Amino acid sequence: MSEITPSQTVGPFFAYGLAPNGRCHWDPNGSYSWKETVGDNLITPDATGQKIRIEGRITDGDGKPINDAMIEIWQADGQGRYAHARGEKPGPNAKFTGFGRSATDKDGVFSFDTVKPGPVPGPGGKPQAPHIVVCIFSRGMLRQIYTRLYFSDEAANAADPILALVPADRRGSLIAHKQAGGSPAVYRFDIRVQGESETVFFDI
Amino acid sequence: MSLIYPKESLSAYPKHLSPEYRSTVKRSPSKPLIIVPHTLSELTGPAFGHDAIQENDNDLTKQHKGEPLGERIIVHGQVLDEDKRPVPETLVEIWQANACGRYVHNVDQHPAPLDPNFTGAGRTLTDKNGYYKFITVKPGAYPWGNHPNAWRPNHIHFSVFGQSFLTRLVTQMYFPGDYLFPFDPIFNSVTDEKARARMISSFDLENTIPDWALCFRWNIVLRGREATPLDTDKH
Ligand SMILES: [Fe+3]
Repeated sequence: MSEITPSQTVGPFFAYGLAPNGRCHWDPNGSYSWKETVGDNLITPDATGQKIRIEGRITDGDGKPINDAMIEIWQADGQGRYAHARGEKPGPNAKFTGFGRSATDKDGVFSFDTVKPGPVPGPGGKPQAPHIVVCIFSRGMLRQIYTRLYFSDEAANAADPILALVPADRRGSLIAHKQAGGSPAVYRFDIRVQGESETVFFDI
Repeated sequence: MSLIYPKESLSAYPKHLSPEYRSTVKRSPSKPLIIVPHTLSELTGPAFGHDAIQENDNDLTKQHKGEPLGERIIVHGQVLDEDKRPVPETLVEIWQANACGRYVHNVDQHPAPLDPNFTGAGRTLTDKNGYYKFITVKPGAYPWGNHPNAWRPNHIHFSVFGQSFLTRLVTQMYFPGDYLFPFDPIFNSVTDEKARARMISSFDLENTIPDWALCFRWNIVLRGREATPLDTDKH
């Protein structure tokens, strides 16, 4: 029997502690300032690779925006390397962490400025298509939910070992769509927590 | 050796849908989650700028000109994995209501006073033994709209990282002997009594500082076991 500490909801008031400088206007009068540990801009001066912006909206089972969610992302750098906490990462991108956090605003919108990740190794040495792991917290979620973000312009998606485990008619919910124009390129990634077109979530 | 993360470890977690806590009804996935293997993407992470943490970020009583009102307390303990090994240099973040049960967040409309000397956010890194410590004030109980006369037990919100994206934990620390426990659907969303008890800190007289502050001890246990050696490791 495991002795781990159970999860509890992040609740509605996390923003001033976890995402004080983000989209959520928790302190309109600006009288309680607090520094940020992890933010929604992952781009470091030494980051190499294609700069991109990810934008999306998270909605509940009624299609209403979730205005008190926190989205965290974890990704490899442009060369497909994770900045693992315990591993020294040599060469360029040494400052790029691949970790980001965005609280949603009143419309349920979140965003990240980052670089497009490179492919990373998957099970049995087969490469995985470029992707970002996404972890979602909010009031009303007693535990986090995990999903993945893939890119609409990647041919490698067809051979990705994780996408292959998802029923074909639901894979679309994991694809961030490149928007016309925009520099840097904007990828749209909406998250539907519940309902007909529910996003695929993973049991990991 | 890398750790393994058995799924059974999560058996004490609340269910996504726990209707007594009303907000879960529209915010829980309705389709089965898809089981996937743990790949490098799940087994690594999360990295962050350790420079962001400053000395005194763990002392919530020193963030403003004066001292906050309320009962000054020390909250300390260890972050461990399931095999009781310390998790060193991991980020621990907390946020909480003030002594009157009011959060500084503008959505909180509880008619209790704000304290100009208290924000209620803190963070620290565990040391090489997985040890963390905060100095703060005891948060008050507060009402919420879940059901008639609903009040949350006193609690401090905790966010902890650990050694991979799988060990990520957001939870709440409670105080011993709280009379609101039987009535709180968030606390009771953990249905196993022993598992619920693991969210409750214990009063620590030994580390209570005379004439200054009461102390509470709370250990946090994250996913992660010693990896089973592969057959190829045997000689
Ligand atoms: Fe709370």
